[in-house]
Amino acid sequence: MIRWALWLLGGLLLGGIVHLATVLLLPRTATQDAYTRLAALSPVNKVVPLQAPTPDDAPMPFMDPAFAVAVCRYDLAEGPMKFSVPVSQAYTSVSFYTRNGVAYYAINDRAAGRRIIELDLMTREQRRELPDDEDVTAADRLIVESPSATGLILVRALSPERGLIRMASQALAAAQCRVAQ
Amino acid sequence: MRLLIGFLFALAVAAAVGLGMTQFALTRGTAFGAMTIGAWTAWPKTGTNDIDPYARASIARTGELPIGSGDGVAFFATGDETGRLFDGRCVLVVSGTTPAARFWTVTLYDIDGRLVPNPANRYGFTSQEIVRRADGSFEIVVGPRARPGNWLPTGGIDRYVLVLRLYDTPIGVATRSAREAPMPAVRERSCP
Repeated sequence: MIRWALWLLGGLLLGGIVHLATVLLLPRTATQDAYTRLAALSPVNKVVPLQAPTPDDAPMPFMDPAFAVAVCRYDLAEGPMKFSVPVSQAYTSVSFYTRNGVAYYAINDRAAGRRIIELDLMTREQRRELPDDEDVTAADRLIVESPSATGLILVRALSPERGLIRMASQALAAAQCRVAQ
Repeated sequence: MRLLIGFLFALAVAAAVGLGMTQFALTRGTAFGAMTIGAWTAWPKTGTNDIDPYARASIARTGELPIGSGDGVAFFATGDETGRLFDGRCVLVVSGTTPAARFWTVTLYDIDGRLVPNPANRYGFTSQEIVRRADGSFEIVVGPRARPGNWLPTGGIDRYVLVLRLYDTPIGVATRSAREAPMPAVRERSCP
């Protein structure tokens, strides 16, 4: 009897390890995560408008239907990127996600404080390689450090009323992401 | 022989317990960093670098991108204040005011995060669309049949999720109490 209890205890402890291991490993093995879904819809280093969510079809679950959305799937292997988008009339935000969907940075039009949101995106290594003087002269330049070489930039413009969704998408049509130089 | 049986038994227990706990944690959501106000729960840390491993695994599995904390915060409700799960055949009232935010939206999804088909093609409201009372408060009627005023159709589905998203808001990781964030009340009005 005691022997079975010990086996059971061992099994429970091992189960705890299995649990932690699966939780930690799942993001690396997921085949339906946001990046994989969007990789099928968007080329690399280019802003692409996303289709509005409908009951039958949506690029991702839990998308807010009040927003026009565009995505730039970036790869910093070729160098730092420049991103820009003119702000729409109501509300515009730019969110940065790692390859695994971690939202590491987000900014909205008010925080950016200008008519155009302009950002430089680079890895930590690329930032270190920036010439010092450039870093200083570009004090008004907004630099975002990406924790991973690949990831997603999500640009969203609010359509405050139903009829304004076209206006919101038009604002996003001018969004750009490209390798700097 | 007895050793082998015992070993296999332990392995079976480990697999069942380990995978069961993972499945449970990822489908039910966890309490890590959860901020619950009335019927609404938000996980503000999920929109930051400090996202916990459970939320990380959960978004990898569902394929959603959490709202970034510099953008806003999302509150989820799957049941009313008494803990009773929403039923799309019943009529529910969401009323009151929302915390400070430049804009907010409220949206109805099925439990997998899809919009729910309905003849009005109405999936939610924005803070600008909503019809308000003189004091600025509002009332949204969530139910299967058309109502005058702010009607959010459920399409008669069994279970659904309401998501209230605040954009450009001081509410977030640092928010502690319900007094800082007055969320609208969620009450069942009638059920057939």
